[in-house]
Amino acid sequence: MSLVSVGFQTLLYKETLRFWKVATQTVAAPVLTAMLYLLIFGHVLDGRVQMLANVSYTAFLIPGLVMMSVLQNAFANSSSSLIQSKITGNLVFILLPPLSHWEIISAYVLASVVRGLVVGAGVFIITVWFTHLSFVAPLWILLFALLGAAILGTMGVIAGIWAEKFDQLAAFQNFLIMPATFLSGVFYSIHSLPPFWQAVSHFNPFFYMIDGFRYGFFGQSDVSPWTSLAIVSVFFAVLASIAINLLKRGYNLRH
Amino acid sequence: MLYRQHTPKKSMTAIQINSVEKSYKSLKALGGVSLAIEEGEFFGLLGPNGAGKTTLISTIAGLIRPDAGSVSIHGHDVVTDFRAARGKLGVVPQELVFDPFFTVRETLRLQSGYYGLKNNDKWIDEVMGELDLTNKADVNMRALSGGMKRRVLVAQALVHKPPVIVLDEPTAGVDVELRQTLWKFISRLNREGHTVVLTTHYLEEAQAMCQRVAMLKAGQVVALDTMSALIRRISGSQLIVHLSFGDLPDDLRHLVSHDEHGNGAGNKYSLRVNEYSDVEPILARLRESGAVIDEMQLQQADLEDIFLQIMDKGSL
Repeated sequence: MSLVSVGFQTLLYKETLRFWKVATQTVAAPVLTAMLYLLIFGHVLDGRVQMLANVSYTAFLIPGLVMMSVLQNAFANSSSSLIQSKITGNLVFILLPPLSHWEIISAYVLASVVRGLVVGAGVFIITVWFTHLSFVAPLWILLFALLGAAILGTMGVIAGIWAEKFDQLAAFQNFLIMPATFLSGVFYSIHSLPPFWQAVSHFNPFFYMIDGFRYGFFGQSDVSPWTSLAIVSVFFAVLASIAINLLKRGYNLRH
Repeated sequence: MLYRQHTPKKSMTAIQINSVEKSYKSLKALGGVSLAIEEGEFFGLLGPNGAGKTTLISTIAGLIRPDAGSVSIHGHDVVTDFRAARGKLGVVPQELVFDPFFTVRETLRLQSGYYGLKNNDKWIDEVMGELDLTNKADVNMRALSGGMKRRVLVAQALVHKPPVIVLDEPTAGVDVELRQTLWKFISRLNREGHTVVLTTHYLEEAQAMCQRVAMLKAGQVVALDTMSALIRRISGSQLIVHLSFGDLPDDLRHLVSHDEHGNGAGNKYSLRVNEYSDVEPILARLRESGAVIDEMQLQQADLEDIFLQIMDKGSL
């Protein structure tokens, strides 16, 4: 018997195929957006601002932009798939078969990770031409990219289950995901902030994802990558347990 | 032409519904429904809009969780043992839903995969053939007509050859050709031993297909019997006589359910008869009274009569 069930494989394939069929919208567009950020912020701030020692602002910005794209697209994948399926009614095709809660969660989250990494890789390939990047600890890069994408994929599952309308999902995205991402240190080091906002940033789990990810490139970070790893792992475990609990209860899915 | 099902061989219970209750705020959708549907049956679930049919089917499918009571499929509880229960069930939902990202073949392959079937193309091809979908296999779902989408919904419910098939108004708003195709295929599956549960507003379909029916009204089962027993319970048939001379004797007037006086050409009466053997004494009495029968017709009660009577009075 296969360790990975056919049901899980199929749902993962379907969720991956779903975004790949509209790759212009789901992959190319976010890559272009990230490139515009780099062009504008890199052009305006490179040479004027230095966040890390011996690291240009453009080089500092690229890991942040890559990670931001990974996170936002991982969230978009699971949340948009679930809300569209709920509103059009075709979620019934997932709810009727004998798929376990773990199979459903894992497939949605893993497909989100795939999309996040595909977009992240796209952003990286496009932006790497703008500057020279080092890779001090590639395993940290991979680990934080995977964990970050999994966390946002899980948040997407929670938001997709919770939301009953597109505007509720948009509110989740605009009032929670976007501020948390932008205030996590994508464009700056938290050491450049006043003490109060530095302290507030430590309560933002997104900060640890981006800080740990950036450590993999430069070997420098605002907090220890081990601390970031511990916080990010606990955050993932909490979100995964919330998502599995919602599915088990059938919250907003089985009435 | 409709296809009559085979006589089921009774063995085990396919669907067991025990005192299921479900309310939405102040609305009681199901008020303690209990039913046992045997393996191999072709079972009809009838009732007016809002009677609770779709709520009951959704409860069977695990899409709705009952407030009280339980449902099991082939002995597997749909809540506590949901994986085993769902594996035995194929449901055609009432709503015309589809995933716009995929073609017909992709949709059916994905649905097979959800049920753990990896290489299912042989059966998928057969199902598409039976439902006249073969030439649409590589067409995106968005490009299909409503009738074609309905066929795909049926195919999706059958990809894993479920022993229990539930069809929630599968022929609502579809053309005659699809009905014929669908009933031919479903009858074949029923002959092969699949249990079929059907809800429909087309009572002639239910009468032709179902061996046993339950009628729901306001979330309660108000009738549950075999089709033949239900039809017998409606006080038999109507004997329609058109008299060209004379009139109905007084001692037969208590049998009149409907009379229609002609324009000087005689009288026309509908008389209730319980058995065929009641007909001859009525005719003899008419001859004895001197009445001349110009035209006569024996009309069987049908499911529609029963349905209307039950929905009007709450029972037969």
